[in-house]
Amino acid sequence: MNRIYMDNAATTRITEPVLEAMMPYLTDVFGNPSSVHAFGREARKPLEQARKQVADALGAQPNEIYFTGCGTESDNWAIRGAAYASAKKGKHIITSQIEHHAVLHTVEQLEKEGFTATYLPVDEFGLVNPDDLEKAIQPDTILITIMMANNEIGTIQPIEQLAQIAKDHKILFHTDAVQAIGSVKIDVKAMNIDLLSLSGHKFHAPKGVGALYIRQGVKLQRLIYGGAQERTQRGGTENMASIIGMGKAIELADQQMEQHNQKLCAMRDRMIEGIMESIPETRLNGHATKRLPGNVNVSIRYIEGEGILIGMDLEGIAASSGSACTSGSLDPSHVLLAIGLTHEIAHGSLRLTLSEDNTMEDVEIAIAALTRVVTRLRSMSPLYNAN
Amino acid sequence: MYTEQVMDHFMNPRNVGEIENASGTGTVGNAKCGDIMKIDIKVENGVIVDVKFKTFGCGAAIATSSRATEMVLGKTIDEALQVTNKQVAESLGGLPQVKMHCSILAEEALQKAIMDYKQRLDAGEISE
Repeated sequence: MNRIYMDNAATTRITEPVLEAMMPYLTDVFGNPSSVHAFGREARKPLEQARKQVADALGAQPNEIYFTGCGTESDNWAIRGAAYASAKKGKHIITSQIEHHAVLHTVEQLEKEGFTATYLPVDEFGLVNPDDLEKAIQPDTILITIMMANNEIGTIQPIEQLAQIAKDHKILFHTDAVQAIGSVKIDVKAMNIDLLSLSGHKFHAPKGVGALYIRQGVKLQRLIYGGAQERTQRGGTENMASIIGMGKAIELADQQMEQHNQKLCAMRDRMIEGIMESIPETRLNGHATKRLPGNVNVSIRYIEGEGILIGMDLEGIAASSGSACTSGSLDPSHVLLAIGLTHEIAHGSLRLTLSEDNTMEDVEIAIAALTRVVTRLRSMSPLYNAN
Repeated sequence: MYTEQVMDHFMNPRNVGEIENASGTGTVGNAKCGDIMKIDIKVENGVIVDVKFKTFGCGAAIATSSRATEMVLGKTIDEALQVTNKQVAESLGGLPQVKMHCSILAEEALQKAIMDYKQRLDAGEISE
């Protein structure tokens, strides 16, 4: 059976040009870029080249890019680092209810450490209302952190507008852009973003590497103490091959963005249309247009997400769900609850996230497979009345 | 994550459906938690001669419902009451720890169906 991967929001595959760029740094070029000798020097140059590639994709300067171990580390560093660096000015942090756990749990931890927080609600499409942000600002607000695009429902926030509000109030603005890279055109300067997190493996670089953009002049407390790497701000010998891979991957993602987005949007919209046509009592979660090009998230009534996932897996299709059974807790996804879904509807959610590797044929196969899986599960459901 | 037996019962569930004029019905769980099980039994001379289930829930919930119905079919009421969630889980080659509550639901649905049968019998609504 041919397997079809439609879980690209979870992770992506390393593409050939990225692997090719990485290979020398797994073999021949093994020097430590901090070393003075020739081996070190030959590693230093490509490291700085990768930094420039990341900076260029974001409209930043290379000296504003700091390599980290993952998106979660970047989020932790940005939020904890900003909170503690500004703790004398104030204790209040604003975020949204639909952030990734890397942000939410970090803010919650800071609350335990004496900071205060406001979790902005979102509307039924997952959008933060800029007026709500404006109203939530207090004299002691030191940080606003709102994700650029949501990992579950794909909603793209009006980041420029939100960051402008932060700027007007002279408050630091961080955005978790982990899902947005390669799909949303980013210019940190024009968008007034002070801090931005990204993660390599979401755009065809390897796992275990991320970056944090820190606008020049923004002071963060360190998260990781150690050597003088990353201009003394993040100790630890650089993960060379992965960093090189991330540099190549972000350059390609930026170059191919328009072309990929066109292809992805067409597949996404066909998938949504096809599911709605073939499966009654299904709803689209998230926004119809302010949405990541590869994201499909639907709630299918009367059945539970894990069953759908296993059924799809047996059909050869890899997807994801926000049901409690797949979240490892008793509650379904906090994102689906925040957009106003009842527990019952949230349990029956399915996320399919496409990449440019997918084809329209894959989409048709997935629609047909999902229809079969849903029909079978509904026939077993005590909530479903076929009539 | 699931054993072959669990996957088999998930893909080819036994005794799916409902029984018209069932002797007893047990429904447990709620949609909020993502698990609902409904078990119907048909009892003749103290023996479960037919049993059907419908389940809203994850793979483990569907598999344990299916297996539980299979285990009690043809058993007397008293024998069926002895079937525990642990036996159901063990006969499926085990369940992941976080899924054990699904097997408890199957046991509870079955017991509730038997209680329903007994109450209706006592009330004279049905005969043996």
